[in-house]
Order: sequence, then structure tokens, then C-alpha cells
Amino acid sequence: MAGPAVPDKRLATLLVLLLALCAAFLTLGARGDWGFVLAWRGTRLAALLVVGAAIATATVLFQTVSGNRILTPSVMGFDALFVLLQTGLVFALGGVGAAALPALLRFGLEFGLLMGAALLLFGTLLGSARQDLHRMVLTGLILGVLFRSLSGFLQRLIDPNDFVVAQASSFASFGAIDSQLLALAAFLSAAAGLGAWRMRHRLDVLALGRDPAIGLGLDHARSVLLVLVLVAALVSASTALVGPVTFFGLLVTALADRLMRTHRHALLLPAAALIAGIALVGGQLVVERLLGLTATLGVVVEFLGGLAFLVLVLRERAR
Amino acid sequence: MIEILGVSHAISGRPILSDVTLRLPSGGVTALIGPNGAGKSTLLSLMARLQKLQAGRISFDGLDVTRTPTDRLALKLAILRQDTVFGARLTLRDLVEFGRYPHHRGRPGSGDRAKVEQALALFGLHDLGDRYADEVSGGQRQRALVAMTFAQETDYLLLDEPLNNLDMAHARHLMRTLREVADRHGRTVVVVIHEVNYAAAHADRIVALKEGRLAFEGAPAEVLTEERLGALYGTPVPVRQVDGRPVALHYG
Repeated sequence: MAGPAVPDKRLATLLVLLLALCAAFLTLGARGDWGFVLAWRGTRLAALLVVGAAIATATVLFQTVSGNRILTPSVMGFDALFVLLQTGLVFALGGVGAAALPALLRFGLEFGLLMGAALLLFGTLLGSARQDLHRMVLTGLILGVLFRSLSGFLQRLIDPNDFVVAQASSFASFGAIDSQLLALAAFLSAAAGLGAWRMRHRLDVLALGRDPAIGLGLDHARSVLLVLVLVAALVSASTALVGPVTFFGLLVTALADRLMRTHRHALLLPAAALIAGIALVGGQLVVERLLGLTATLGVVVEFLGGLAFLVLVLRERAR
Repeated sequence: MIEILGVSHAISGRPILSDVTLRLPSGGVTALIGPNGAGKSTLLSLMARLQKLQAGRISFDGLDVTRTPTDRLALKLAILRQDTVFGARLTLRDLVEFGRYPHHRGRPGSGDRAKVEQALALFGLHDLGDRYADEVSGGQRQRALVAMTFAQETDYLLLDEPLNNLDMAHARHLMRTLREVADRHGRTVVVVIHEVNYAAAHADRIVALKEGRLAFEGAPAEVLTEERLGALYGTPVPVRQVDGRPVALHYG
């Protein structure tokens, strides 16, 4: 807990790397009107950074309160739930009705619903079953499948035009970014990120587990609830922006854990956010400049994240 | 003083504790003994507000555990539960530093650091502070956990079976350190112990629980008799006096 006053060298290196990638992303192979290029690429860069930071922070937070390194909000079905809510909204209001809702209102509605549902589901789960990893993972997987199937079911019931509206939001896509939504997601992520940062010392204690945390004077139930609210906000922001991304968070936190080798969230949170930014911006650069858009970033990210998931699961068993 | 008044506890209808009333004066080492499933651990976690009190009242120097804010209680009592395991990214010093959290809330000062070093030294860990918790022996890790509760600087220390899985050298060292914690630092130590001979050798008071009820309490020399131990554990326990101290011969 005793933190060094000087900023960590590894964090500084990550920051420099990220900035270099951002510069490359904005300028590489640019032709024509610079004002247009920068505005167009800047929007997408901002989206990548916001999504990366949101997923990274949400995953670190969730792993801290769940007390293990394999669970992430997406493995537990958080973003599947968000997609279900989005689809449910289209189902209830019709594609035109949902599309006609002001983005702010629609997002607010989805976010509010996710928050309520997440607290109801995961609040009770984290309280009672934290010790029981298998029950947690199984419940998460079952919930995830349930949410996805329900979304699929609803999408079949609605008419084809509405289906297009709903379908667009159920796959990860780093392509077209709605700038109004981006501003909203950025604001929400920044607020939640600030909240997480202010809780960083409390998170260190929370990571010890329920009983030690209470012993050290933490209101455990309230802290977990607060963390879940932050996670719900971050997942809403990133899922609304690019859709569900299952394994990326896991990849990022595993790398941050490897690199920082610390329990301190003052280092883990920024490290995870920076690594996520590097992975997304760097990945998008590779996809666009080297692979000539033959692969999509979503697929690459999921592939690598899935590998990390397998490695973690296998190593956990070997121990 | 710790006051436990009419505490009853049931888990899904099965009674764990039945109307336990107990007053423990400040200071000294109290050993909580009794057979498996007697409710010792439950009583300790109720005392430390880790579980919700269902019936009765518990207070430390007049601070009621259900009504006092939890951060205030963290300055009054420290708890170490049985089989506490932490992640791999913690050094022993990190662990002990957590004991200071109730005092500084994440911003340790030089006073906090000094107290961490003092706790490490008291528990014979000064050379091991930078080792990771999964690189040291079980005995050393256990000592670090007790050092963490000591560093919390509370009047009361509640320890649930700290001797679990310790060899005789580590167990003796830990009990002697607890004795020192009580004698030199004026703390009140309540410790759940399975091996009655450690209780006989190091505790000032014995509190025995059986089937969720108080079986007996008192000074070791008075209460550790053949009749009482035999009835408590439901098996004959020969007791001999060695160097003026009762020793249970329950191995044969």
C-alpha cells in the first residue's frame, strides 16, 4: 500500500507507447484534407480509447470483488444482458420507435435497466457464492447463454426491419461510431473511472476477501454494491458503443497483472487501461494498414483473449 | 471487557449456539476450546461482526457490535479467521501493512510504517518482509497474518485456530508471542485452540463450548480436569500435573 511518490516507470513506458500508436493511427497513410482525416480518425481513436479503458477498468473491478482472475463481466453475462435489454427495447417499442428515441434517453433507459438487473443478479451472487468459484462460473455461463438465447428469440419475433436495428447492436464492431453516443459513453466512462480511482485503496482491501475486508473496517456489502454500479456503467458505455466483447477484458487484466506484479489498484487500474488502449489502437492499425481490412479487430481481439482465457483456466487447474 | 449476552445462532434451522452468556475481562489470553462443531468459530465471527447476530448482544467496552459503525469497530477489535488465504501478489510486509488500513485509509504515514516494522520484528519476520506470501512456509505466513492483526493496534485480538497446521516450534513461538502481545502490549487476546495443552501452558482463562452452550470457564489449573475434559470431548482424557501445570494425555 505504501506507494512510491514517483510515477511508475512501467506506466510511463506504456503511456509513451500508447501516445506513439495514437500518433501513428492519426497520421499514417493519410491523404487529402487533414482537417477531415483528423476529425474522422480522431472520432474512431477516441472510441477505441474509451472502450479500452472502460472494459479494462470494469474487468479489474469485477475481478477484485469476485476474488478471482478468470471471471470478467462478460464471462458472467453482463454485456449479453445489455444486448438483451437493447433487443427488448426494440421489441417493446418497435424498430422505428426505438430508433426515434433520443440517443440520450434510449441509452439512459438501457443503462438504468442494466444497473438494476446487474445489482439484482450479481449482487446476490457475489454475496453468497463468492467462495464457490464453480458455482459462480457456471451461473455466469448459464446466464450468458440464457441472455443471448432470449435476445435471439426476441429478434426472431420482431419484424425484419426491427431485426436490423437490433442485430446491429449484438455484434462487436469497431467500425462506424455514433459521435453523440461516443460523447455519452466517454462521459460515463470518465465518471465511473474517476469513481474507481477514488476507491483504489478500498479496492486493495476488498481484494483480500469479505471477512478480512470487514475486519479492516470496510462496509463490504456497500462497497461491493458501489463497485457493481461502476461496472454496470462501464459495461453499458462500452457495449453501447461497440457491442459485446467477451474475452478482451480478461486478456488485458492478465497482461496488467503480469507486468505490474502488484495488488495495488493505484497501479493496476491505469496499467490495464493503458494496455487496453495499446491493444485496441495497435490492433486496429495492424488490421487497417497491414492486413488491409481483411480481418476485423473484433475477431482478432476475441481470438487472443480467448487464448488467454484458456491459458488462465489451465494454469489455475494445474495449481 | 467483552460482554456476550444471550447469544443464540442457527443456520438453516440447526442451532449452532444456544443462549451463550459470557463476560471476558480486559487483558490476558483467553483460550476458546471445545470439540469440532461446538460453535467456537461461529461465536468468534459473531463477535467480529462477520456474521449477523440473530439473537442476543455482544459488546466490546460498551461498543455494541451491531450498532457501532464497522470502521469504528476496526479500531477496537481485529479478527483473523481460520485458513485465511490471500492472492500471490502480496509480500509479507504488504500483508502486515493492511493492518494499518483502519488508521490511515490508504495513505500510510511514517508512523504507520514504523508500526509495520515493529510488528514484523515482534513476530520474527524482519528478514522476510519482502518475500511473497506464497514463497514462505505455512508457519511464516500464519505469523504474518497474526502480525497483521497486531499491527491493527486494537485492544482486542480474535484469532481462530492460528495454530492450525503449525509444527511444534512454530506453534510454541506463536503462543509465546501472543503471551507477549498480552503482557507487554496490554492487548486482550481471544484464541480458538484445539490442542488443550497449548491452552494450559499459555492461557490465563479457558472458555469451553459444547454443542453451542457454555460448558465451563475458568483458570486452566482449575478447569482442565479429567472429568471436565472427558465430558467436554466425550472421550476419556487422563490429566497429569507436570511442573504444576495440567497436561492432558489424550494421544494413547
